Amino acid sequence: MKARVLIRPKDGILDPQGQAVERALPALGFGGAANVRVGRLVELDVEDGSRLDEMCERLLANPLIEDYEVQVIE
Amino acid sequence: MKFGVVRFPGSCDEVDALMACRRFADAEILWHGDRDLAGVDAVVIPGGFSYGDYLRVGAIARFSPVMEAVKAHVLAGGPVLGICNGFQVLCEAGLLPGALLPNAGLRFLCRQVDVEVVNSDTPFTRACAAGDTLSIPVKHTTGRYYAPEETLREMDAHGQIILRYATGCNPNGSLADVAGVVNRDGNVMGLMPHPEHAVDPLTGSADGSCIFQSLMDHVEEGPARLAEARA
Repeated sequence: MKARVLIRPKDGILDPQGQAVERALPALGFGGAANVRVGRLVELDVEDGSRLDEMCERLLANPLIEDYEVQVIE
Repeated sequence: MKFGVVRFPGSCDEVDALMACRRFADAEILWHGDRDLAGVDAVVIPGGFSYGDYLRVGAIARFSPVMEAVKAHVLAGGPVLGICNGFQVLCEAGLLPGALLPNAGLRFLCRQVDVEVVNSDTPFTRACAAGDTLSIPVKHTTGRYYAPEETLREMDAHGQIILRYATGCNPNGSLADVAGVVNRDGNVMGLMPHPEHAVDPLTGSADGSCIFQSLMDHVEEGPARLAEARA
């Protein structure tokens, strides 16, 4: 199966990258964007989808500082 | 006494660390694929970009064979010092609390900073006095120390925050000005500043020497001298 893991900084953790993007948007005329957070996307094919959470906990994300969300694509 | 300095693919400060260690004792390079530590007394995980910093800084290095041996060394009470990327690796490996995040200012920083010794009762700072200010360079992009508030409180209560950036010198937005920490047992230390780049007055400061001196004293004289000094 094909899966997609979305990883983002946990709420409450300062995300200077997100802030920089947020500041850049109005400069290009895109007003009204707020709470920009920049994360990471990992796509993978797996034989056994039941182990995706464990993969995230142990390697793909650092649960201390990041939240992750697993999406099964097909 | 012998230091072992781990070299991962992508390490870049291992030779400076080796040379700093050799001012005080024997030292040799350990390869990331080694499964034993060749009898060294203290391990240094140096700075650099282990495994290209892929995924997250330090995330891949913790799975290398040598890290199993490092974990066994820690469990046996042996001292381990992680500098910069080494600090990141030790946090990812769960040997130190917390994590390192991108600098608050997003820039790569390369400058001399003042750090204050908060706790001199550790194998890494026993040659210093609490309150000493050390001038040591930092050079990193991902050095903002983070730990959840409760963890940070516990660490503070147990004397685990052993180095703080001096007032006005926090370069990266680290919580509570944390520059260096130890684990609860006190035998694993991580710090973002580079003591191995500050061991010769020629480079502007030799203040980093006290970290290596402390480790040598710890191994050569054992923890007893510390207890005597306290009594």
